[in-house]
Amino acid sequence: MTIYILWLRQLKRYARSRTRIIGSLGQPLLFLVALGFGFGPVYAQAGGGNYMQFLAPGVIAMSILFTAVFSGMEIIWDRQFGFLKETLVAPVSRFTIMLGRTLGGATVAVIQGLIVLTLTILIGFRPENWAMLPVAILVMFLISLLFTAMGTAIASKLEDFQGFQLIMNFLVMPLFFLSGALFPLDNVPMALTIISRLDPLSYGVDALRAMLLGTHHFSLMTDFAVLGVVTAFFLALGSYLFSKIQV
Amino acid sequence: MTDQPVIIDVKNLVKKFGDFVAVDGISFEVKAGEIFAFLGPNGAGKTTTIKMLTTLLKPTSGDIRLNGHDPMHDQAAVRRTFGIVFQDPSLDDELTAWENLELHGVLYSVEKKLRRARMEELLKIVELYDRKDDLVKKFSGGMRRRLEIARGLLHHPKILFLDEPTLGLDPQTRNHLWSYVKNLNEKENITVFLTTHYMEEADRMASRIAVIDHGKIVASGSSAELKQKTNTDNLEDAFLAFTGHAIREEEMTKGDNFRAHMRIMRK
Repeated sequence: MTIYILWLRQLKRYARSRTRIIGSLGQPLLFLVALGFGFGPVYAQAGGGNYMQFLAPGVIAMSILFTAVFSGMEIIWDRQFGFLKETLVAPVSRFTIMLGRTLGGATVAVIQGLIVLTLTILIGFRPENWAMLPVAILVMFLISLLFTAMGTAIASKLEDFQGFQLIMNFLVMPLFFLSGALFPLDNVPMALTIISRLDPLSYGVDALRAMLLGTHHFSLMTDFAVLGVVTAFFLALGSYLFSKIQV
Repeated sequence: MTDQPVIIDVKNLVKKFGDFVAVDGISFEVKAGEIFAFLGPNGAGKTTTIKMLTTLLKPTSGDIRLNGHDPMHDQAAVRRTFGIVFQDPSLDDELTAWENLELHGVLYSVEKKLRRARMEELLKIVELYDRKDDLVKKFSGGMRRRLEIARGLLHHPKILFLDEPTLGLDPQTRNHLWSYVKNLNEKENITVFLTTHYMEEADRMASRIAVIDHGKIVASGSSAELKQKTNTDNLEDAFLAFTGHAIREEEMTKGDNFRAHMRIMRK
């Protein structure tokens, strides 16, 4: 019940922030139009096939990543507006509170991912196999959970939004750009291969592509194993750091 | 009153932030059913003490017992014991008044039927029932305050902490609020621990008063005793006699600063 009400709170906040929802569609749209259509011809000439098909799952993963990290970091808002204290003095374990919030944030990120999926289809993306959509949603949920928990862990250590830019530019952006969301990971330089393998989003993007297109770089086993383990790690870290918050 | 058990027991409580000693070895007792006023100038250590009593902050040293439980080790039991109205806002602006109360009720596992009944009753008392479905962000400062007070009372705690609850409220609302608290105190034997800068409120409400300054308790007793000790005829003069006339600067964390700013903007 406690988890449910905190989950519901995140969803209500999301549903009520229409400008935020619309605003957050600008970036994926820009990526799809500028990169999808812009690089499409070059990509086709190089023998890569249809770039829009390749790019769409990457852009979906991107919007999930951004929404999830931001949802996790909403704790900073709650801290600044004082609401965090209300939950911290409640006779409920901090783990439960963290779990409720994180599940709520992750659900929001999945919804955002589905909206962007619809957007990509409107622009010309064609999933190969609709039957795999439920599994694709499961993958989206795993990615969402992973990065919401990561956002929670980070936000538990931050007092205000001054560090936000730092996190965006030195963590979230690199996670996205180096994940293989925008380019195939085959035949890239050794250094990039190593970095992309350390990036959990690479496995999320790969699994999403496997579900929506049937093509993948890593094995599906690897994708799910890495996503599962890293998600568990950040959930544990997030709830540990959250339980240590003092205000 | 003397036969009542001690419900808040504080011994040699210390809180340091780096080199700064915010609370410097204070000890006091509050008996069940008492209305206890904790007075002091800005930055004296009132809110820091309340934060330690309510599990939000770890003491540097010392011992606290709330209803027999230690906030350091038995947080859940302590949290079930009290309700609190914070000094700064702590509502969710994006939820309605009703949703804020509902969330609180669920967090404190107040059973649904009872919860709904109390929510309605309390919203009527603070005169917000007809605005229950409005988002809190549309509320004025006074309305938010009233809603927070209603929320703090929703689970009928054993101890109620009120940290400057009437700041920024008009005399009508203040009067209303205090009579409700007094009534609750008498009928349900709820212990009240309050801080305020309005001396006449403390004078009227509190059965016992402690004055804190620079992290130390400089005086305690009933209002009459404090006046007698300082040879003054009102509590404000007694308070000034204990704490001096110098105006205090309060150290603020970034969050406090932001909230104080928000509060000013809202007025």
